[in-house]
Amino acid sequence: MSEYRISRSTPESRGGVAFFAALTLVLFTLPWWDGDGSLRTPLVIVLLYVALAQMWNLLAGFAGLISIGQQMFVGIGTYGLLTFAEEWGIDPYLSVPLCGLVAALVSIPVAFFNFRLVAGYFAIGTWVSAEVIRLLVNDSGSLKGGEVRSLTRESLGGYAKETRDNVTYWLALALAVGATAIVVFVLRSRVGLALRSVRDNETGARGLGVDVTRTKALIWVIAAFWTGCVGAVLLLNAPSATSTSAFSVLSWTALVIFMVVIGGNGSTTGPILGVLVFWFLDEQLADQDTWRFIILGGLAAVMAIVAPKGLYGLLQQWKPLQFFPVRRRLIGPGVDE
Amino acid sequence: MIWVNAIVQGVLLGGLFALFATGLSLAFGVMRFVNLAHGDLAILGAYFGVTTSDALGVNPLLSLFIVVPAMAALGYVLQRYAFNYAIGDDPLPSILVTFGLGIVIQNALLERYSADSQGLDAGSIETSSIELTDDIAIGTFPLIILGVAILVLGGLGLFLARTRMGRAFRATSDDPITARLMGINDRNIYGVVMAIAFATVALAGVFLGIRQTFGPSDGPALLLIGFEAVVIGGLGSLWGTLLGGVIIGIAQTVGNQLDVEFGFLNGPLLGHIIFLVVLLVRPNGLLGRRSR
Amino acid sequence: MSLLEVRELSAGYGDFQALFDLDITVDEGKTLAIIGANGAGKTTLLRALAGVVPAMSGSVRFDGEDLLAIPAHKRVERGISMVPEGRQLFPSLNVRENLQIGAYSGRPGEWTVDRVVEIFPLLERLLDRPSDVLSGGEKQAVAIGRALMSNPHLMLLDEVSLGLAPVVVKQVYAALPAITGTGTTVLVVEQDIAQATAVADDLVCLLEGRVRLQGTPAELTREQITSAYFGIEAAS
Repeated sequence: MSEYRISRSTPESRGGVAFFAALTLVLFTLPWWDGDGSLRTPLVIVLLYVALAQMWNLLAGFAGLISIGQQMFVGIGTYGLLTFAEEWGIDPYLSVPLCGLVAALVSIPVAFFNFRLVAGYFAIGTWVSAEVIRLLVNDSGSLKGGEVRSLTRESLGGYAKETRDNVTYWLALALAVGATAIVVFVLRSRVGLALRSVRDNETGARGLGVDVTRTKALIWVIAAFWTGCVGAVLLLNAPSATSTSAFSVLSWTALVIFMVVIGGNGSTTGPILGVLVFWFLDEQLADQDTWRFIILGGLAAVMAIVAPKGLYGLLQQWKPLQFFPVRRRLIGPGVDE
Repeated sequence: MIWVNAIVQGVLLGGLFALFATGLSLAFGVMRFVNLAHGDLAILGAYFGVTTSDALGVNPLLSLFIVVPAMAALGYVLQRYAFNYAIGDDPLPSILVTFGLGIVIQNALLERYSADSQGLDAGSIETSSIELTDDIAIGTFPLIILGVAILVLGGLGLFLARTRMGRAFRATSDDPITARLMGINDRNIYGVVMAIAFATVALAGVFLGIRQTFGPSDGPALLLIGFEAVVIGGLGSLWGTLLGGVIIGIAQTVGNQLDVEFGFLNGPLLGHIIFLVVLLVRPNGLLGRRSR
Repeated sequence: MSLLEVRELSAGYGDFQALFDLDITVDEGKTLAIIGANGAGKTTLLRALAGVVPAMSGSVRFDGEDLLAIPAHKRVERGISMVPEGRQLFPSLNVRENLQIGAYSGRPGEWTVDRVVEIFPLLERLLDRPSDVLSGGEKQAVAIGRALMSNPHLMLLDEVSLGLAPVVVKQVYAALPAITGTGTTVLVVEQDIAQATAVADDLVCLLEGRVRLQGTPAELTREQITSAYFGIEAAS
């Protein structure tokens, strides 16, 4: 038997996974000990942003798909929920995955158009696609995107308010944890290996028989599904929506991009770090919307040049740690630990 | 007749769009650089025109003599001392830097000028027009804009084709490393490209401000229009950009007319749809070079 | 007097070092041929001299000046010009424009498009053609002409005969006397040993990034050269 083996885990990553598992458990039990919901209310948004950030990170950091059109899937999730729960009377919580499914379906023709565009033009192309969907929703007679719309009590299925708030919170937690798990899982899978090889050398990866376009398309659809689910939960958490708010490039894509870039694009921990930085800044800059955007936008622009791997990258330079077991390492005699 | 008029007005509007897209087209052509702040820079130029003409008490058209060179200088400096560090095989840094810059510009304008719409008053030239028939009149100012767009694009075309520096632009676009072996400083060329891009977009911004009202968050919509004009015309083709601008201009006016007449479609939506159709049937654009 | 003095030069790309403590001297007006197998570091040496590959350590003096302190695009003004491996013509420029761009630095001298056509008569009817439709030999002639247009003091010629038919190689080398005749010093990278010994005043053989053998073609025996080329220990 060989003394060599391939290992993905390190002592820190075992500790890291244990830490995140414990944190998830603590967060799961929050409704029982956070009686007045003072922590729950802000956490819903934070957790949903973690989910959005992980998905954008998966696209840009790992698949090289730089999208400025993610708001389209958020909006589809929001209007999907309005249709399923409000118009068709389906249970609102069961509707959430259906909304993701609609977003995933729409993402296929969107990919068909935009995958023809290179890099920066792909970014603007996805933005155009999001605008098209927004304008269609806005003009649609049945979706009534031009009006302020909200879920009525009947369509919320007669659940008590406390229950509704808790379920929304748990859904947000599930989306955040699930998004992180998807990134970890995708990176550990064969697809993940293919993506890494594409990121390092696209032509080389093609030569090795990796179907680059298919791999990217798969990631694109997964991210659309998850982002669509987030859009639905955002509506569960918000009193109302319009097509302008649901398809906002600033709220659902720009802020997300800034969080990912500041935290650390192309890592698993970085986006979470970015969301936390954003949360902290947001608390300091309450009601200063313009300054929030100026500071975050400026910080992201500067970091893109001076620290392209974000805060997590800086942290890694200082002390290399791997919290999630996604990197394969060779263990055996004569191999440096 | 209203449809003929819509098309005529669309062609005129297209001149503005083409002028607006010139910088995007040139920057992509020479250095594969996509500036996501391009729309916000046009709006910045328009506000710059407001402040300059107010401060000096002159016609906004005269403010161009300050706004255009100042924006060109800003473009050169930003390229040399920021954007150049973001250029590379990985497109992400350049997208992030310009996207971040765009958001900063939008919000800084909001902070400085508030969200209220503004306009630039250029006097009687705005309302004068040439009457072709009872139903169709060509505005003098839109006609001037179209003329300026043709002059700018044609002038750039001649510059690229005929001058020593134009050759250096094309050589750098082909292969920046080999261009260095010719004694060309590619970093400087990139700076000059961005200076031209900023100058033309500032010109377009001030023209836009004279034609219609504008607000701090109008940039992204302009970016999408410019981008569509460039892709429809074909990446790297300046005349293609003019054609693309005119097509998007016609789409706006005809789309809005359709909305008025039948309550169906609208300007921006028709523009996006035409863009998607062109992308589907001619991915390299109408006048684009094969395979890119 | 030596025009170029390379002392303990190390260079490479990123983590990959291709040259190790190289010492080479080139005298004014001479032709130096660099030979060596694939991966010996010949191209890296030329690209380091042209400034498009960074030097890691060592020094290079050119015409009495510290060359490594000068960025690539300014070395052309100082009189260094290069014919890169694979010709690297600019496809957006036609043949005439490719030649004209060679004069971009504005260094004074006698080379013009007409003078280039004199030494490469085949270019005359091609001047207004796009450069990407030319044959390999025609491209090589344009690339050499383009480098001459800067009126170089030192011309770096990389892999001149690579991929060309023997008869074309002969035509290209036939132009060499016209180039050196104007006082231009030439540093040529050549894989063909016979060709190199025929044209050069001095020979340098590189092996794995180090100078293995140096001398005039007259001093060196064929056996010495082949063993240095392939890295075989000469039995002496």
